[in-house]
Amino acid sequence: MAERMGFFTDTSICIGCKACEVACKEWNDVPDDGFVFRATSYDNTGSLGADTWRHVAFIEQRAPAGGDGGEGIDRWLMSSDVCKHCTHAACLDVCPTGALFRTEFGTVVVQADICNGCGYCVPACPYGVIDRRERDGRAWKCTMCYDRQLGGLEPACAKACPTDSIQFGPLDELRARAEERVTALHEAGRPEARLYGESPDDGVGGAGAFFLLLDDPEVYGLPPAPVVTTRDLPQMWRWAGGAALTLAGALALCFGVPSRRRG
Amino acid sequence: MTREQAMVPEAEFRSYYGQPVIKAPIWHEPHMPVYLYLGGLSGAASTMAAAALLSGHDRLGRTARVTAVLGAVAGAGCLVAELGRPERFFNMLRVFKPTSPMSMGSWTLAAHSALTSLALAPTITGALGSVAARSASRSAASRSAVSRRSTSGFATRVAVTPPAFAIRAAVTPPAFRPARGSRWSGGFHGALSGEGAVGALVAGLPVAGDAAVVVSALTGPLMATYTAVLLADTAVPAWHAAHRELPFLFAGSALASAGAAGMLGTPAAQAGPARATAVLGAAVETVAGAVLERRLGLVGEPYGEGRAGRLLRAARALTVGGGLLAAVAGRSRPLAAMSGLALTAGALCTRFGVLAAGRASAADPKYTVVPQRRLAEEPEETP
Ligand code: SF4
Ligand code: SF4
Repeated sequence: MAERMGFFTDTSICIGCKACEVACKEWNDVPDDGFVFRATSYDNTGSLGADTWRHVAFIEQRAPAGGDGGEGIDRWLMSSDVCKHCTHAACLDVCPTGALFRTEFGTVVVQADICNGCGYCVPACPYGVIDRRERDGRAWKCTMCYDRQLGGLEPACAKACPTDSIQFGPLDELRARAEERVTALHEAGRPEARLYGESPDDGVGGAGAFFLLLDDPEVYGLPPAPVVTTRDLPQMWRWAGGAALTLAGALALCFGVPSRRRG
Repeated sequence: MTREQAMVPEAEFRSYYGQPVIKAPIWHEPHMPVYLYLGGLSGAASTMAAAALLSGHDRLGRTARVTAVLGAVAGAGCLVAELGRPERFFNMLRVFKPTSPMSMGSWTLAAHSALTSLALAPTITGALGSVAARSASRSAASRSAVSRRSTSGFATRVAVTPPAFAIRAAVTPPAFRPARGSRWSGGFHGALSGEGAVGALVAGLPVAGDAAVVVSALTGPLMATYTAVLLADTAVPAWHAAHRELPFLFAGSALASAGAAGMLGTPAAQAGPARATAVLGAAVETVAGAVLERRLGLVGEPYGEGRAGRLLRAARALTVGGGLLAAVAGRSRPLAAMSGLALTAGALCTRFGVLAAGRASAADPKYTVVPQRRLAEEPEETP
């Protein structure tokens, strides 16, 4: 396996231009996801889905400046969300056909010629990333531009990002760079800066695509402390095994007692 | 734990414009919940058939075998129809993947369908045999002669081989049916015994069928409970958190469903164990449901609210009512029928309700964010 590759999305320098959304759609030929006026923000894309593999979130806030109850100032958070390419990926674990697989770059990709559209990966993903394209019947999500990577190119979104908010590279390097960036921001008086998904000890074993955020993850629509559902699978099977034995035992009981056949 | 959660006022949390964090299950209605019901029904019925075989409840065993195969085949149909690409159903059997409950379930369903079909083979060859016997001679006298001759055949040694009667009773006009009291253990073998290979094959089927019934007592309980793991192994909070109770809820519901089918498809005099199964299943289902809602606290809210709440309340009423009716039905045909229908409706409502609860749980970011926030803040509280 080649080096594990990843995305580091530094939202502190995102300008909300949506170049990543457009570049992704163009390169990957992702169909129209509908133009829905949401009346919430500059975001009319809504969320990640089968036809949205990069999604820029917009959050306008009035936040106290300096943190000591000073005058309220406007703060505008923007963040380009994407599939996390989890180390322990629930979508991949639960896929019954083997359509989802781990590439040589450590990313998680759906093989469109295998997927039968069972839909299991959809509620399994703790980030609500993957979805079934109803016109097509199959599940789709970010591939981290598997084809471009095979050709030695960086993914389309990272290539197009004008501020380098989206950085692509070997995951280890990105993690080190992100630590430096957080430290720098803290020193510059931005204590709210924090990394999300960078730790190999988190509930998904670390995300292949991680973020620098300026507020709690849920403000960006991200789960605060996701855990891969399959972590509890052995326990689930034990309870199911207990129930299965109960079922068999109940029937043995019902048929074992002398039946009251009178005819 | 429940009390602690009750003390917390209305959970406060932040979100992205109230949008869901996770994707709701996209499985369609009625396919998905009906599959959950049919899988449970078939699983419990095949186990019931095995119990009937071992305890000599022949007539009830036949109903159970027919129920098991119909449930498995119809369930598989629902599953295929549910796929985005139904023509690729067999990709399910491309890999054997223990981390995927759906993969395990597909293999179980494949084995279970084969076993329950094989279990029916003696009944079907029995029906064929009866047709052969009838065409040989339409007189009742000749049929009883065939029946007598067969007592020297193979079938009588396999005590519970249920050949002709079940299907015959179903497909033959009443005028052609043998008298109720007659033993029907293997009327057709004699008729075909002279035909060499075909005869041997047909004679072997009852043994294979009974062996299949016994093995299907292994796949059956799995069929009835793996679907609980299927749901729990998702990011849907109301499902994942319920991974202890869901298998018992589904096992109880499956028992009640199979008991109901046994009562509906068997003369009351021979349906005693089916009634007992129905009562026990209804009790297990009701208790599991109550424990589930009580233990889950905040995350369990969707089970009691909105459409899911209405469906599950209906399910509880139907299940409790059906169970009580089964307990008092005795030999009363109308009471048994009412009980069977109520239990069946209750089991269906349970499955539709659980799916609705999962959807509601995924749609509200509260159920994803609040428990995770508590989890995330715990380490900070402890120094
Ligand atoms: S974020 Fe979701 S879709 Fe992406 S790898 Fe993780 S589980 Fe799979
Ligand atoms: S929808 Fe496709 S990719 Fe998703 S779990 Fe099913 S087969 Fe795998």
